Amino acid sequence: MSDLEIKNTPLAECHKLAGAKMVDFSGWNMPVQYSDGILAEHKHTREKVGLFDICHMGEFRISGKAALEALDTIFARPVFNQRVGLCRYNFLLNKAGKVMDDLIVYRLAEEDFFIVVNAGTRAADSEMIQSQLPEDVVFEDVSDLTAKLDLQGPLAADILAKAGLKIADLPNYFNWTEAVINDIPVLLSRTGYTGELGFELYFDADKAADMWNYLLSFDGIKPIGLGARDTLRLECGYALYGHELTEDYTPLDAGYAPMLKLDDFPEREFTGKAALKALPVENKLIAITLEGRRAARAGADVLDASGTKIGIVTSGAFAPSLGAAIAMAYIESGKSLDIGDEVQLSAGRSTITGKISDLPFYKEGTVRKKL
Amino acid sequence: MKMKYYSEAHEWIMIKDNEATIGISEYAAEELGDITYVELPIEEDDVTVGDTIGVIESVKAASDVYSPIGGTVTEVNAELEDNPGLINESAEKEGWICKLANIDVAEIGDMMTPDAYVKYLKSLD
Repeated sequence: MSDLEIKNTPLAECHKLAGAKMVDFSGWNMPVQYSDGILAEHKHTREKVGLFDICHMGEFRISGKAALEALDTIFARPVFNQRVGLCRYNFLLNKAGKVMDDLIVYRLAEEDFFIVVNAGTRAADSEMIQSQLPEDVVFEDVSDLTAKLDLQGPLAADILAKAGLKIADLPNYFNWTEAVINDIPVLLSRTGYTGELGFELYFDADKAADMWNYLLSFDGIKPIGLGARDTLRLECGYALYGHELTEDYTPLDAGYAPMLKLDDFPEREFTGKAALKALPVENKLIAITLEGRRAARAGADVLDASGTKIGIVTSGAFAPSLGAAIAMAYIESGKSLDIGDEVQLSAGRSTITGKISDLPFYKEGTVRKKL
Repeated sequence: MKMKYYSEAHEWIMIKDNEATIGISEYAAEELGDITYVELPIEEDDVTVGDTIGVIESVKAASDVYSPIGGTVTEVNAELEDNPGLINESAEKEGWICKLANIDVAEIGDMMTPDAYVKYLKSLD
C-alpha cells in the first residue's frame, strides 16, 4: 500500500450512515462532525456522553524479560516504578530532547507493555523504539488489529453499567482493567482527551462496527467527531501532537517539568535526558483567553503591549463551553507574563486582545469524578 | 422588483431598486459548519467589487467575505454579533450580512441567477 493512500478505519461505513463530514487527518479519512455539528457534539459530551472513533491511533505491544529496563531508558518519564494496572502519560524524545511523540504506556504484566501513540507519528515511533530495544525484547505493531473507541462524558459509567459492567469494577483514573462488553473482550482504561469522566476501549478491530452500534444503541449517547474532540481537549489545555508538541520543542518548553521529575531520579538515564539537562529552556507554553468570540489560529503571532512579537499560537478556537475564543501559544521563556496580563494576537488583518489564563480553561470537567 | 444573484465564492446579493442586500449562500453555511463569529463591515464605508467586507469564522476555519458589488454600506446585521449561528439557521434570509446603497447594477456582470447557481453547485460535487 502506498504511504499516500488515505486509510479508512473499520467504521468508515458507520460514519457515512450517520451523516458524517469526513476529512483527512494524519492520512486517515476521519469524521470531523456528524449531522448535529461541532457545537452540539461538544455540548453533548460535556453534559451526557459521546462515542469517538479513535481507531486511527497506533498501538504497540512490547514484551520480554528486558522490556521494563529498555522502556525505562526510551521514554522520558519513569517506567520502572509503574505498577501493573496503571496507565502513564509519557514522551518519546529524540537525542536532542525534542518530542517525537506523546503517548500512554499501559503496564499489562510484569514483562508486558501496551503503548498507545499518535496516528501521524506511528511509523517514526516504531522505528525509534525498535532501534533502542535489545534483541530479546519482542516488539509488535498491533495497530491494524486493534480498534479504539473513546467513551467520554459524565454518563460514561452509566453506559458501561447498562452494558452489564459493575460500577465497582470500573478502573480508577489512569488505571486499566479487562472487561467483556457485548461479548467482546476489551482492555478498558479510565483515560481520555475531553476533561470528562471517560474510558478508552481497545479490542479486536474486526468487532469495531459491532461494538460501535451496540454502544450507540443506548439512550443518551451520540457519535462525536474530531472537531469537537479538538475543542474539548483545548478547553482543558491538553497538548495536541503537531501543535503544542513537535520536534521543535522539549517537554520542558511545554511545562512538563513537574511530571518529568528530572531531579528525583538522578541516576536514571533516558534518550534526550542529557540535552534536557544541558540546554536552557527557550520557550514557555501559555494559555490565553481572548476578549470575544473571534479566534486566533495556529501560526498567529503573539505580540506584547508594545507590539513586539514574542511568540506564536499553537492552537486556537472558539471554546463552546466558555462562549469566548481561547488559545495556546509558545512565548520566549524570558518574557515574564502573569495570569491576567494582556497580549495581542494577530488574526488576519487585525489583532485581538487576550489575557494570560490558568489551566484548564474549563474548570467544571468530571474527569476525576469518583464513581 | 427583486433580483437575486450568486457569486462563485458563494455570496448572494438581492437587488431592489438601488439597494443591495448581501449574505453567504446556504451551501456555504453548510460547508463552514457551526459559525461562531462574524466580523461585520463598517456602516458608511465605501466598498468596491472584491473588497473584503467581513470575516466568517466557524469552529474549524475562518473565511473572508468579498463584496460582489461596489457601493456604500448603509446597514449591517448587528444581530450576527451575538448570534452568529443565525447564518446556519437562515443564511439567505435572517442571516444577511449588510446592505449597500449607491450600487451600479452593471457590476453584476457574470454573477449567476439562482438556476445557474444550482447548476454550478452540482458541478462542484
